Amino acid sequence: MTWGARDLTITYGEDTALRAVSVECLPGEILAVVGGDGAGKSTLLRALAGIGIPHQGTLTLPDQGLTGYVPSEGGIYRDLTIDEHLDFVSTAYGLTDWQARADDLLTRTDLAAFGDRLAGKLSGGQRRKLGAAMALLPRPELLVLDEVTTGVDPVSRMGLWRLIAGAAAEGAAVVFATSYLDEAERAGTVLLLHEGRVLAAGSPADVASAMPGAVTESDQPGSPERSWRRGRRWRAWDPKGIQSREKVSLEDAAIVAELVAAGEET
Amino acid sequence: MRRDRRTVALMVGLPLMMLIIFGYAARFDVTEIETAVLGPGADIAAAQLDEAFTIVKQDPAGTDADARRLLADSEAAVAIVTGADPKLYVDGTELFIAQSALRRGDSLPAGVEGEILFNPELSTAAVMVPSLIGLILLFIGTVITSLGVVREREQGTLEQLAVTPLRPIDVIVGKIAPYFAVALIDMIIITLAGILIFNVPFRGSLFLFAVFGFIYLFVVLGFGVLISTVSRSQGEAIQLAIMVLLPQVMLSGMIFPLKSMAAGVRWIGYLLPLTYFVQAMRGIFLKASSFAALLTPLIVLTVMAVAVFGLAVWRFRRDVAPQTAEAVGS
Repeated sequence: MTWGARDLTITYGEDTALRAVSVECLPGEILAVVGGDGAGKSTLLRALAGIGIPHQGTLTLPDQGLTGYVPSEGGIYRDLTIDEHLDFVSTAYGLTDWQARADDLLTRTDLAAFGDRLAGKLSGGQRRKLGAAMALLPRPELLVLDEVTTGVDPVSRMGLWRLIAGAAAEGAAVVFATSYLDEAERAGTVLLLHEGRVLAAGSPADVASAMPGAVTESDQPGSPERSWRRGRRWRAWDPKGIQSREKVSLEDAAIVAELVAAGEET
Repeated sequence: MRRDRRTVALMVGLPLMMLIIFGYAARFDVTEIETAVLGPGADIAAAQLDEAFTIVKQDPAGTDADARRLLADSEAAVAIVTGADPKLYVDGTELFIAQSALRRGDSLPAGVEGEILFNPELSTAAVMVPSLIGLILLFIGTVITSLGVVREREQGTLEQLAVTPLRPIDVIVGKIAPYFAVALIDMIIITLAGILIFNVPFRGSLFLFAVFGFIYLFVVLGFGVLISTVSRSQGEAIQLAIMVLLPQVMLSGMIFPLKSMAAGVRWIGYLLPLTYFVQAMRGIFLKASSFAALLTPLIVLTVMAVAVFGLAVWRFRRDVAPQTAEAVGS
């Protein structure tokens, strides 16, 4: 079964958070939602998680209780222990024979040694991993993760990625929002949002190859409107340039897509 | 700050509200004493009374027992029984009214013998402790509950619950029941402390006390949940809770007698739940008031509980409700 949204529009008062967004989440595949601040990533993920938001368009979602969700705020009770969190999830979802899976998830997240530790005393990365383990415990058909790797150290990010990939391998459709484009490149599909609308969608390679013009690298900044720093060097976009598609990264393509969108708006 | 309307309201509106309250409501001087004049000389005695004594009942056939009943049922604050052995009964639960009535003894029938009922020593603790139960529960209900629920929203745990198979009503009951239980335990502790430490008498029905406590908790928890549904942060929740608490402290009759307030602000007091809870608690603790005498506060509090709690649950449900059925398919 394919989950997702078609022509999804969500408004908050006079602000339009999403404009006719369509997205498909396939079982066993990972969809990365990327975009700048205020692009509508969290709104889209909340809608896909099945949280009751007034909307226009169609949402096709699993039945209640078949979705796992980690909100951007973490969704962790600071005054519960790790074990109590998993116990709570098992009760809320009405799970039986869950202990073995909980033990497995805790082992895979390196949290097994801290079962009786309060979540408030865990590191940020450990809390993120706990959130992911909670979302995975009921074996969801749709796993929705909002910025689950933000602020997490590289080692913990790797651990979280193993979990996410494992969930997809078990057949879950995974949707995650991220600010890290190197992470998005690992997804099967990327959805690039800008101010509530889809700028680009497809595989990371497709999104990158669809970039107009060319990106060059130099030691000096170019036009302030079309250049950005990466590491110690500068990248610059030339709308009329020609570039081999293999040399375009997803990050370049995403930045260019936003520059193009900003240019269309002005 | 121009866009933070709530803070501006708190900084500008609250001082203005306090000025109005202190100017028109915060008055200890009583100019209206609800008085019953009974006995064979009732008509003559009533005509001689100081104008502060507002006659609410004048009955030449009335007796001592009638006078006591009128005070017990809060139909009058003062009762004068004329006859061969004239008596003045004063309701001791209305401290300032009682003191004002006693100060105006010149206009009372000659040789009248005064008796203060329910609180003979005009003890402040006896009057304030039952009222403080309502205030403390109001504090717990609004501040603690709203902060707790807003904290959950900030942590994202409420949204997560909306994704689980739990029904919204399960979540709502699960969130509110602990606060209800803690507030109930607080009510019992405060009451016992009032009785044991401050020697406040408890003369009324334990059943009525429990009924009023139960209904009042629904009102105050309703305020707390309602505040949480319109607050984006814990700071906002505290601001709103202060706006709910302060008028109740000043206008409920807990400190300043309602009768001494200007009519322009007194009506606000009659819209506040603490007003009716204070009346009920003073009646139950000190006067052993009957069910019939407490019927009005009981009805008003019940209506408030249904309205406030119902509105709170309705708004809270939106936070924890999943997508509507037509948007979900498998």
